Amino acid sequence: MTLKNDCFRLGASELMRIYRDMVRIREFEEACPALYSQGKMGGFLHLYSGQEAVGVGVAHAMHREDFMVSAYREHGLILAKGTPPGPVMAELFGKVTGVSRGKGGSMHMFDAERRFMGGYGIVAGHLPLAVGLGFSILYRESDEVVVCLFGDGATNQGVFHEAMNMAALYKVPVVFVCENNGYGIGTSVGRASSVEQLYKKSCAYETPGSRVDGMNVLEVYDAVRQAINRAREGAGPSYIEAVTYRFRGHSISDPGTYRSEQERKMWKERDPIPNFSRWLIDQGYAGEAIIQGIVEEERALIAKAIEFAEKSPDPDLEELWTDVYADA
Amino acid sequence: MAVMTCREAINQAIVEEMERDSSVFILGEDVGLYEGSFKVTRGLLARFGETRVVDTPIAEAGIIGMACGAAMGGLRPIAEMMTVNFAIVAMDQIMNSVAVARYMFGGQVSVPMVIRAPGGGGNQLGAQHSHSLEALFLHCPGIRVIMPSVPADAKGLLKSAIRSEDPVLFLEHEGLYAVKGEVPEGEHLVPLGVAHIKRRGSDLTLISLSKMVYVCLEAAERLAEEGIEAEVIDLRGLNPLDMTLVMESVARTGRALTVEESWLTGGWGGEICARIVEDGFDLLKKPVLRLGGADVPMPYNRMLEQAAIPGVQDVIARARELF
Repeated sequence: MTLKNDCFRLGASELMRIYRDMVRIREFEEACPALYSQGKMGGFLHLYSGQEAVGVGVAHAMHREDFMVSAYREHGLILAKGTPPGPVMAELFGKVTGVSRGKGGSMHMFDAERRFMGGYGIVAGHLPLAVGLGFSILYRESDEVVVCLFGDGATNQGVFHEAMNMAALYKVPVVFVCENNGYGIGTSVGRASSVEQLYKKSCAYETPGSRVDGMNVLEVYDAVRQAINRAREGAGPSYIEAVTYRFRGHSISDPGTYRSEQERKMWKERDPIPNFSRWLIDQGYAGEAIIQGIVEEERALIAKAIEFAEKSPDPDLEELWTDVYADA
Repeated sequence: MAVMTCREAINQAIVEEMERDSSVFILGEDVGLYEGSFKVTRGLLARFGETRVVDTPIAEAGIIGMACGAAMGGLRPIAEMMTVNFAIVAMDQIMNSVAVARYMFGGQVSVPMVIRAPGGGGNQLGAQHSHSLEALFLHCPGIRVIMPSVPADAKGLLKSAIRSEDPVLFLEHEGLYAVKGEVPEGEHLVPLGVAHIKRRGSDLTLISLSKMVYVCLEAAERLAEEGIEAEVIDLRGLNPLDMTLVMESVARTGRALTVEESWLTGGWGGEICARIVEDGFDLLKKPVLRLGGADVPMPYNRMLEQAAIPGVQDVIARARELF
């Protein structure tokens, strides 16, 4: 992989924040399995390890007031959008201090303040929501943009095509980012999609489609920022396929028998984080000590997040009945 | 007071709310240039323009999902489904996005949208265009279900629905669009979840809504000739469900019969009867009874279709069983 910074020429501080955000996500995600085994968390647990370059590249290309909407593998995405790890961890613990007050869980995080507009668990079900958010931006004559992330499996759902069509039809400012990690649970892309190069699926809607290396954070950043600029200028939606890999199973309970050791090893060598840190060092943005220091700081931050989650209270039982309707 | 049809009353409610609040807009199949397949949206495009009267592709899940996202983005969409049967295509969006968003995200987001959908039988439209599916939506918490019977309520309830912070499914009966009635001008709001006594009676409570209210009223007149005074309640919706008024009535009459056009099995009548029995068993002089649509896909043949929908004679016969 070749990391290049000649498109938007990001400054040292931005590059270091990109690195820090990727490390934060990795540290967060890798802390989870042990906590899950201890029974601190329930339900599904879809970890983002391996895909950090996509979420972080995307988030850094966005403005704070831009909307992000995602599927259910979203711990990394909400962290990339700026939500502190404490409330994200607390949500996994089901605590009332969690981002969704303990009522959403791993798959349904939300942060209205930071415009992370939800993690959704019905594959592709959130794509039309992104179109609607984009429509609301046009309607208000505002200049925000929506970035909608989903997996490779989503591109085989009917509603993916409805959303792509309507986005192009109404020229909404939405950037669709397909995180192609090669598998919809245990079914590989080639066994589920008649078209393996998923970026080609947007051509039916005359929406620009492109494919980027999802392990290369700067390549993701460049592509998404260009697409966002385009959307903000009123030129409508775009579609980016980021080819990536999840280092862990589909969810915590996945033994992963459908992926070969050789394949895993090959992708592990393309791990976006050490590749980026080596590049930072090679380019003279940071020394080994600073790189290691960031890892330790983020590890400490996650430890604090776990402590916060641990000490936070469960929701009161009365919360069972709150927020079903507006007046209760 | 002006006399107008349900169709005109609904149109008036939409116009008034769009005039009042610039965040209200309407989207759906053929709502704009074609002015609605039932002409409910006549004149809207000319008045409000394409940004606020949005013709959509035939893509019900896309329409409801887009409306949901727009509502999350601060707008107040009115999404029209051409018939309620088509809303099933969007059932995932309705039940997995619209209805649950507020709760699932810990109260951080509102989805103030209205889904308007006509339904009901009587026009020989067969098994994919004329069902009454309110029970499906009643089953799902998080979404209000409203069903007007008269033009004044159609206007007043729709205006309240548009202003509601909750998503509202607003089910119109195709057989009522041409029904005329007096409608108050301007700011006429009917609160959601308040039932209405359409006819006073002391011997029996007939509980219904939408088109079946008319069937019940006619049956009540005939029953009066036999000396049975039936009270007719128009629920005007199922969520919120006004059980207070139902129980007050049953306390006076001691007899209850639910009358619905929807399939009897798993219909809303069973829910209401269960609640009456749970909360008011001692009030009852006779067991509660239900009347509903035949448990069959809606047939095309006129006679068969009529046989599938409760009629005046059916109500009378069932009511007699209570004496």
